[in-house]
Amino acid sequence: METASNFLNIKDVSTAFKINGQYYDAISHINLQVQHDEILAIVGESGCGKSTLATTIMGLHDPAETKISGEVDFEGTDLLKLDEKGYNQFRGAKIGMIFQDPLSALNPLKRIEEQISEVMDYHTDLSAEDKHNRVIELLNQVGIVNPQRTARQFPHELSGGMRQRVIIAIAIACKPDLIIADEPTTALDVTIQAQILDVLRDIQKENHAGIILITHDLGVVAETADRVAVMYAGQIVEQGTAEQVFNTPEHPYTRSLLRSMPQRDNENDDLYVIKGNVPSLQKMPAKGDRFAPRIPWVPAEAHEENPTMHEVAPGHEVRCTCYKHFQFPDEQGSVTV
Amino acid sequence: MSLIEIKDLKVHYPIRSGFWNRITDSVRAVDGVSFNIEAGETYGLVGESGSGKSTTGKSVVGLEKVTSGSIMYKGLDITKAENRRKLDYNHDVQMIFQDSLSSLNPRKRIEDIIAEPLRNFEHLSKDDEKLRVLQLLNIVGLDADALYKYPHQFSGGQRQRIGVARAVATNPKLIIADEPVSALDLSVQAQVLNFMKKIQREFGISYLFISHDLGVVRHMCNNIAIMNRGRLVEIGTRDDIYNHPLHIYTKRLLAAIPETDVNSREAHRASRLAVEQVYQDQQSKYYDDNGAAYPLVQVTPTHAVALPQTIAQQLASQEGEVQA
Amino acid sequence: MWKTILRRFLIMIPEVIVLSILVFLLAKAMPGDPFTGSINPKADPAQIHHLMKINGLYDPWYQQYWNWVVHLFHGNLGNSYQYQEPVTRLIGGRAANTLWLALFTMILTYAFALPMGVYAGRHEGKLPDTIIRVYTYVTYCIPFFVILVIGIWIFGYVLGWFPTTGSISSDATGWLHTFGSRFYHILLPGLLGALFGTVNIVQYLRSEVIDSKHSDYVRTARSKGVPSKDIYRHHIFRNSLLPIAAFAGYSITGLLNGSIFTETVFSYPGMGLLFVNSISYRDYTVITALVLIYGILNLIGTLLSDIILSIVDPRIRIQ
Repeated sequence: METASNFLNIKDVSTAFKINGQYYDAISHINLQVQHDEILAIVGESGCGKSTLATTIMGLHDPAETKISGEVDFEGTDLLKLDEKGYNQFRGAKIGMIFQDPLSALNPLKRIEEQISEVMDYHTDLSAEDKHNRVIELLNQVGIVNPQRTARQFPHELSGGMRQRVIIAIAIACKPDLIIADEPTTALDVTIQAQILDVLRDIQKENHAGIILITHDLGVVAETADRVAVMYAGQIVEQGTAEQVFNTPEHPYTRSLLRSMPQRDNENDDLYVIKGNVPSLQKMPAKGDRFAPRIPWVPAEAHEENPTMHEVAPGHEVRCTCYKHFQFPDEQGSVTV
Repeated sequence: MSLIEIKDLKVHYPIRSGFWNRITDSVRAVDGVSFNIEAGETYGLVGESGSGKSTTGKSVVGLEKVTSGSIMYKGLDITKAENRRKLDYNHDVQMIFQDSLSSLNPRKRIEDIIAEPLRNFEHLSKDDEKLRVLQLLNIVGLDADALYKYPHQFSGGQRQRIGVARAVATNPKLIIADEPVSALDLSVQAQVLNFMKKIQREFGISYLFISHDLGVVRHMCNNIAIMNRGRLVEIGTRDDIYNHPLHIYTKRLLAAIPETDVNSREAHRASRLAVEQVYQDQQSKYYDDNGAAYPLVQVTPTHAVALPQTIAQQLASQEGEVQA
Repeated sequence: MWKTILRRFLIMIPEVIVLSILVFLLAKAMPGDPFTGSINPKADPAQIHHLMKINGLYDPWYQQYWNWVVHLFHGNLGNSYQYQEPVTRLIGGRAANTLWLALFTMILTYAFALPMGVYAGRHEGKLPDTIIRVYTYVTYCIPFFVILVIGIWIFGYVLGWFPTTGSISSDATGWLHTFGSRFYHILLPGLLGALFGTVNIVQYLRSEVIDSKHSDYVRTARSKGVPSKDIYRHHIFRNSLLPIAAFAGYSITGLLNGSIFTETVFSYPGMGLLFVNSISYRDYTVITALVLIYGILNLIGTLLSDIILSIVDPRIRIQ
């Protein structure tokens, strides 16, 4: 067992997209660490920048349309400084990625075997026979019952769950240290989702990999993650262990999200609704707490002018001081604004 | 009398094969489904993809050609087109779809989208129509300036609320909601679900709520049917289904819902794997020789499960339920 | 798969029968007759009447149709009224000419279109892409026969680089010389046909490449660490060529239609030119035979497209 160490250090990373000739930050000043043998969940709603973070780490953005700053330190190499050739040494070999839609993520015209062994073509010098054996081994590992048969099939011949298993097999083929899973179970049924998450966890244990699990589903996070980072409007607003974030959530956004979930104890009540909308990229305020407009009853003084992360417990950080004063309107018993 | 009574509904699609392209077999998308929806209630229809739940929903609106069985509304079988016409059925029953972007005509303004059912069924003057559309927008919490916008100018949640506004425009008795919130973010989902409940309280609408999300269904529905491979495997009240599930398929679905309770993570996982094991090992106990679910048998006045009588009773007594 | 192909062939039989009846009736419905004015302007009406009679042209249409079908099965399509020659022989000689021209045009078309489409799609928005797009728009706007007329005028008459008529020069001897002369004659019409034919393929291929470039499976390939040039080679090209491959069968139809223009402008003795001449001379036997051949080739083209598609796309498999 390797010692836990931060092999991935994301330092102050911002990614801006060009819209009508101007750059707008999709994620701003992200700081994150990932260790071996852990699952870090990044959770947030659509448009919060969680997928942008994943594609930034993978270097999948078109450089003509994006501006990236900061540092992604992967085992001592700053990935953001690499050219395409340099990046290709990491992609597939040391970093594997799993995508949301398992049908469109596979080439419809190639057999499964070909698609899995393609990774090994570029990162190993295995013989054709060794590659074939490894493909079968991988398909076994991700829980496919008849690997010989599946290897010969085309993507459209497989069910959604099977396809996602194939995608995972591709991602782990070269035993990467880091696996980025972007909404890996969103397109799947709950029973299949549970199986896929089990596969991911088993792989992480076997390979001692670090996994970044990107999802909007708080349930999935609570069941799988060791640590959690909650994102809102391009920023991390709360970060901590799964226990910290779920048992003692501090940031108003985290608390609001948990409260808007249909749960056992609010069967007959109305669900909590977060006021307003997420600001669009172009309308993101330059200063102040980005979540402030959605909790209008919290007085302006409670927010910081430039919200920073505050440590509330070892490893548990929250953005902006407003968390100290935050109560839901009905907790105060006052009328909402 | 129930609002809608669905009896032994079957929707089969033919499979053609062979040299002469003759019908050699059929896909049994819906294979003998019966349940009733009461006035003013939300009836949950739960299943995984391919279970036939959407096909059932479409049959109830009249969008699907039914192979056999009946859907009784006001004493007439609305699987026949002439009865639908006679009852003005499409006025009374509306539908909300999962994908709000593709179900709203992109070239029409919101005013026209919401007014469309009004124009089809109620012949209002221009001013009355506009007033009505504004009221509807107000009900779903959108401003008047939405009238002249196009669907793509709204967020997913807003569009879904426009879909709700359109569906309630004709004061329907029943709305079929096919996965109405599964494409939405959590906070937006809460908003749409609240609206659906509010409209139900105000107008006494019934919903057939079709979903794969057991968490949402628990929140919305009083009575629930679990569908699997074209058949119902269990029906009952919310309490029956969530607290006393009898069929292994129901148990399996329930066990797979991710829980937000971090502390009992391992216990939850262990129980899920245990249920999965039973599901894999005891197929022959829970399904007949063709792999289809058994006919439903009543175990309490509200609770029925698709199992042979003896097994059902045995399981029910284990669960501590009283035999009716 | 063979079963399905066989079934498709069987379905073609009633299609061909209906087609042949229609063609036959339409030819009959055309005004005029094959003898007035074509034999001898001073011909005696009684003699024309006699010719019509011995050729069975006064019989009821189904009688004539039946005779025609019976002859057809004996490989006899009748005699051309104009050339006084069996239709089979008449068409046979020209079919080869048309076939060579069509084949050559097709090869040239794909040879131009594939690299152009792929290049434009890959370097979307850059200068070469813009040039290719302008070229396709301009060509698209000009009717085919105008292209032909301008082409023959510039390269045939003004510059004199290519022959402007016929399929072979009269003094060609020896197989090498014959072959060279034939090739020389189809060069210009082939080039001009390809110039026109590339447009659709280039535009289609370009947008296919652009779509594939942004597809999820290309993103997957990139996240595997596959270098750009291999991504193009192994993923984008192949997937973009798929619809083009399927298009190949249909393009037979396009080429045959095009041959009518090309052969007329270049006085190239092929089926197209024969067709145009036969219409102006009311040469029923030839017209019916040609339309029937065109119709059958069309049906075969469609079938061919379906078969090609099922071979190249694993998602479409005919049992």
